[in-house]
Amino acid sequence: MIDHTNLLLTEAKQESLWPINFKFIYIIVIAIVILILFPFSKPQDFHIHLMIMVFLYAVMSQSWNVIAGFSGQISLGHVVFFGIGGYTSSFLFIEYGLTPWIGILIGMFFSIIVAILIGIPMLRLSGHYFAIATLLIGFSFQIIFQRWDLIGAASGLWIPLIWENSWFNLQFHDSKIPYYYIFLTIFILTYLFAWLLYKSKIGFKLRAIRDDPQASASLGISVSQYKIIAFIISAAIISPMGSLFAQYILVIDPERMFSFEISIIILLIVVMGGIGNVWGPLLGTIILIPLSEYSRIYFGGTGGSIDLLIYGLLIMIICIFRPEGLISLIPNKLIRKIKV
Amino acid sequence: MTIEIIIQAVISGILMGCIYALIAAGLSLIFGLMGIVNFAHGEHLMLSMFFSFWLWTLLGLDPIFSLPIVLTILAISGIFTHYFLIRFILKAKMLVQICATFGLSVFLRSLAQFLWTPDFRNVKNPLIEGRIEVAGIFIGQPQLFASFVCLLSFLFLYLFITKTETGLALQATAQDYQAAETLGINSNKIFALGWAIGLGCVGIAGSMMSNYFFIFPDVGINFALYAFVAVALGGFGSILGSLIAGLIVGLIESLGGLLIDPSYKLLYVFFIYLIIVIYRPQGLFGK
Amino acid sequence: MSIILKVNKLSKSFGGIHANRNITFEVKKGEILGIIGPNGAGKSTLFDLITGYTKPDSGSVIFNEQSINNKKPHLISKLGIGRTFQKLKPFHDQTLLENVIVGALATGLSLEKAKLKSLEIIDLVDLIEKRHHFAKELSTGQLKRLELARAMATNPNLLMIDEVTGGVDQKTVPGLIEIIKKLNSLGVTIITIEHNMRVIMSLSNRILALDRGKKIAFDEPKEIQENEKVIDAYLGGVEVATN
Repeated sequence: MIDHTNLLLTEAKQESLWPINFKFIYIIVIAIVILILFPFSKPQDFHIHLMIMVFLYAVMSQSWNVIAGFSGQISLGHVVFFGIGGYTSSFLFIEYGLTPWIGILIGMFFSIIVAILIGIPMLRLSGHYFAIATLLIGFSFQIIFQRWDLIGAASGLWIPLIWENSWFNLQFHDSKIPYYYIFLTIFILTYLFAWLLYKSKIGFKLRAIRDDPQASASLGISVSQYKIIAFIISAAIISPMGSLFAQYILVIDPERMFSFEISIIILLIVVMGGIGNVWGPLLGTIILIPLSEYSRIYFGGTGGSIDLLIYGLLIMIICIFRPEGLISLIPNKLIRKIKV
Repeated sequence: MTIEIIIQAVISGILMGCIYALIAAGLSLIFGLMGIVNFAHGEHLMLSMFFSFWLWTLLGLDPIFSLPIVLTILAISGIFTHYFLIRFILKAKMLVQICATFGLSVFLRSLAQFLWTPDFRNVKNPLIEGRIEVAGIFIGQPQLFASFVCLLSFLFLYLFITKTETGLALQATAQDYQAAETLGINSNKIFALGWAIGLGCVGIAGSMMSNYFFIFPDVGINFALYAFVAVALGGFGSILGSLIAGLIVGLIESLGGLLIDPSYKLLYVFFIYLIIVIYRPQGLFGK
Repeated sequence: MSIILKVNKLSKSFGGIHANRNITFEVKKGEILGIIGPNGAGKSTLFDLITGYTKPDSGSVIFNEQSINNKKPHLISKLGIGRTFQKLKPFHDQTLLENVIVGALATGLSLEKAKLKSLEIIDLVDLIEKRHHFAKELSTGQLKRLELARAMATNPNLLMIDEVTGGVDQKTVPGLIEIIKKLNSLGVTIITIEHNMRVIMSLSNRILALDRGKKIAFDEPKEIQENEKVIDAYLGGVEVATN
């Protein structure tokens, strides 16, 4: 009997905590190579735009996954940091000619500050109260920016079109392809980061406070500290996307940058794909964003509401039948390795 | 800034507050009963306003007369909502519950937008219109009537909950649905009833407001936000709390708009919310 | 023998209910202290007061010569007190191993070392085969052992166990007792709340008896069994087992 359990223990100790699934790594490498080579196949403008939107939302939804899926704080106003990032870099560029690359970093800085300022009073809130508060914060920001003359109020800001020094000014007018590569790079880096975060000590602690804050406290975890950490990380991920998006469309306004719709879409993407799982947001994005972009074409003006209509319906269906998200449809063996 | 203007603001704040109170009461009832926050509450309000509008446009029914119809439609949709959605998520994690009603709100809003376009509609020349004047203060008749109806409904609701057998069953289920079941109460039916009443309140409020409010798919959002604040302020689950809180929210909105700046109304209300949930999470009368 | 925990005149009321009234006792290093009392006696409140989940109205708690009255739970855990919960609190969507690793991380270990340590503790509670099972797949008895393992992973000097035999299959009780004795033999002081008299009489070096918030007896098991006040409190007598 003793021999048996000791053998088992020795075996167990040799198991890797996060086993490497080579098959999966091959798939990822191949996928990345395809994505890098994609523009060389002379795709239509629309397809490049679609890919950029996919990368954009894949990153934004991963950001929401960190705060809601990894640490269990359901935020319904996450778009706030997207807006702060976009406005900061755009304003600094317009007023001071500051290269948006630095603008992105400064935008991240402000987003982090706001995350801390909002996060601390909200520590006392949880569940519904927290969700409602984030809802109110989201709308409040939109209202404030709509009335803030310094940054264009309701009309917003127009980023001056400049044809030289494209990389310095982060503006490309001949082709969308540079934007494609920038978004692709950020997408890869973000998912790498999320994957590492998930496997890390911080990842364990965040999941603990998500699953049971009281028990976590009894295990030496400062729930407040880690909630704020999750907030900060999450804000830091989505903020640059606001800046990059601003540089892509070159005109921003409170309606667009603090849009409630964005908060809704990233929530739907994550819940549909699989919340708390590193690959959930990607799965959700791949399904929902092309759906959205194509329905916009087919249904014209009211296209905007058709895809939201379907989203709403899908979300309810997922919540009833598959609350863990579509990723749970992938058979377990694959999941145990994919999730790492 | 004369006394009249301030009194005007106070009165209009109170009148609006009565309506917020009824909307909040519906939300509070549902939460108290099964712990679910109806994130689609505002959209149900929007739907009731639209129903009222279409009954007037297509059948020539004035909102006063279509009130019972709208009330019934909303009550039935409450039962539907319970049986087709809520019933499945009662035992789910909070995230799933939040997302489910959130998804419903997105669905309803987009549906309205798709069916009826984002255009603003309104009921023209309703039976009740115009203003009355009392000592230099002007009060709109539709507003007065709406508030009166809401207050009356509130009274009925209160009496129903506290004095009737079904009402007591509701209270018992809210406290502990398993214990209530041992007393022979069918909690599933009670939950459905709760939704029917909760959305019924919204139906009354929306129907009355269609007399004087612009109607469009997004109209429910602001009301929902105010309702959340009122429920948190009054205490989740407390009907009486919704009344007091609703009035307070109405007053804050009105006076804040007058004394500081009307465009930031939501912020004042939000500020109140923040103070309450941080310093007194159970609200004024909550558990 | 040194004193690891000193509780002095600890009191707490909720509304009109005096959950704990002037409770005073001390715990010797290395001993097993049992806490008994009828329902509502204030045992869990006492636990919550000591581990920082509730603030006392008055009185003090001194752990290893340090006052821990108003400290937050995670700080108290870092100082060396671990606990389990009466109402089980496993991380449902995580595996047994992951649950225990969270505990092991409390001591600042690297993930790899935390994993190894966790496996050893899981082996100690005899659950090594279930290490990759999700918590929601485990039985109540196994979950009790999960909580013990998880708390032990934090390397506590004092382990507070809240009703470990509550709601488990009678067959698993001796196994749980063995585990507690094993943990104690590793040098961990143990305070345990128990309703099962046989268990607590056989486990404890000393017993603290509470009734309606007050300490009514604090003595060795043999004396407690014959204590009139204790017998009264349990209305009809304590189930006496003489071993």
